[in-house]
Amino acid sequence: MRRKICVTGVFRKLFERTFARSAGNVSVSAGSYRNKQAAQKAGFFLLFCCILATLLFLGSIVYFIFAGGSKVVTWGFLTQWPRNAMTEGGIFPALLGTFYLTLGAVTVALPLGLACAVYLCEYTPGSLALNAIRIGINNLAGVPSVVFGLFGLAVFVKFFGFGVSVLSGSLTLGILILPGIISASQEALMAVPNSLREASFALGATRWQTIKKIVVPQALPGILTGVILSIGRAAGETAPILFTAAAFYTRRYPQSPFSEVMALPYHIYALMTEGTHPRQQTVIAYGSALVLLILVLLISGTAVFIRQRHRSYNG
Amino acid sequence: MKRLFSKESVYASVFGILAFACLIFLAGITLVLFKEGLPLFAKVSLWDFLSGTAWYPTHEDPEFGILSLLAGSLWVTAGAMLVCLPLGIGSALYINEIAGNTQKAVLKPLVELLAGIPSIVFGFFGMVVVAPFLQRLLHIPTGLCAFTASLILGIMAVPTVCSLSEDALSYVPASYREASLALGATRWETLIKVVLPAAGSGISTAAILGVSRVMGETMTVLMVSGGAAIIPHSFFQPVRPLTSTIAAEMGEAAVGSTHYQALFAIAMVLFTLTFIFNIAAEILSRRYRLKLGIQR
Repeated sequence: MRRKICVTGVFRKLFERTFARSAGNVSVSAGSYRNKQAAQKAGFFLLFCCILATLLFLGSIVYFIFAGGSKVVTWGFLTQWPRNAMTEGGIFPALLGTFYLTLGAVTVALPLGLACAVYLCEYTPGSLALNAIRIGINNLAGVPSVVFGLFGLAVFVKFFGFGVSVLSGSLTLGILILPGIISASQEALMAVPNSLREASFALGATRWQTIKKIVVPQALPGILTGVILSIGRAAGETAPILFTAAAFYTRRYPQSPFSEVMALPYHIYALMTEGTHPRQQTVIAYGSALVLLILVLLISGTAVFIRQRHRSYNG
Repeated sequence: MKRLFSKESVYASVFGILAFACLIFLAGITLVLFKEGLPLFAKVSLWDFLSGTAWYPTHEDPEFGILSLLAGSLWVTAGAMLVCLPLGIGSALYINEIAGNTQKAVLKPLVELLAGIPSIVFGFFGMVVVAPFLQRLLHIPTGLCAFTASLILGIMAVPTVCSLSEDALSYVPASYREASLALGATRWETLIKVVLPAAGSGISTAAILGVSRVMGETMTVLMVSGGAAIIPHSFFQPVRPLTSTIAAEMGEAAVGSTHYQALFAIAMVLFTLTFIFNIAAEILSRRYRLKLGIQR
């Protein structure tokens, strides 16, 4: 299979370099050939402009956040509590809160999601059920995050009576990232060649042994990428924790899973929309946005790195 | 030696139960939305809810018409698509068809990385940088308007649309390109007349998922779109999309009140819209895979 792809690739290059060009020369007049070349140049330039504009836009966001935030972010900013009605001091409790919420979300979603993916890929052969479930999961992945927030409010905060708390927020975020974890793990498990499973069965291994020792280790980089990307998503989401976990200010560290917390993304939002000192708060918000941006870029960077390495390893 | 429960069957049932729990969780969302939202229609008729233009949930004589909110959502989404489709699809074409291997190795991870920037950062950027800048540049009364929201959301969705379209393009068999080049077409002609039509439904899938993502985006529009519940007549008016209405008002609505139910009913509308988009995307992408003869 791999050799075949290489061969077609080589052929394509040959076509592009020699055959296509000479065919153009032979079959059409020189003038129309030149027009075609001009159109090609213009078209390629247009597409180049598209990617350039995209990178410039997105780069400018990163640049502005860095420019505004780099003066604010110091070691003290990361480790201190806010002071003077949010106009001075640091963001430590918000960082801690985001850490708790993200950890909680992964603790909820990872075992459930992984088990679901393993069951769907390794135990049920029926493709009809698989398709139905896949469509359901895809749909949930597209549901707006604020709707997950409402679900969390109705079920965890009110129905189960957990209140506005770390627990409610973690559960809500966990359900939010569940579809992503399931589909990433499923994809990774399905990419494991069947011959490996068959070889394992042929050696007398049971299904569980095959899963534990052959399939999951093989699929691990893919699963890990999906999980890390989900962590990044959970850390950056605001809408789901708006009514389930987040507080503008807490006096103490969270005492139990049932206390409300400050969280980094919500902190940025609250600084921009509440409070009485908009100017000083904007400065703190710049710092918080920079910290969040670096955090999320580091997390998703790790995931992308793992994926790239795995790709080159597998060819 | 035969035991009642073998180790294997225990593992199988544990996995089965966990998977089932997962699905119950996910199905539960739908049920809860409808359970909390549907009672509204005992008090407000569905038609008034969908076609009323007045959204005054906290007045003494409250009115729950979401047409202006829906119009706000559609307006912002339409604007965002004008930004995001050309940029996203153009970038995907560049990465897949023009960029060399080195460029590809840099650009693809970079786009993936940028897809991870949280929406709150986009909202913050829009509020402190883009809105004041546009206000001065265009001499408009406020920078927090549909135009700014569209611009930011559009840029935000570019990485999503770009990676999905790029996937679709990479599925087009090399033989299509080779045949076209062998007939004497230039690379540009091959791109426009062969590759793009072949990947058409795959790219439409990407576009639909982009629309769905933009329409469900909450924090950015909450911070940037201005928040006025009126039917917009120009791009430079403040609007209030469905998502930001929920986020802005749920904090004040008492549990079980009509206002609370109305916000859940809005969530139902959002859910239905994204559901339709996702099903459409699913059907299109299945047709695409069949057309190109890809199994999974």
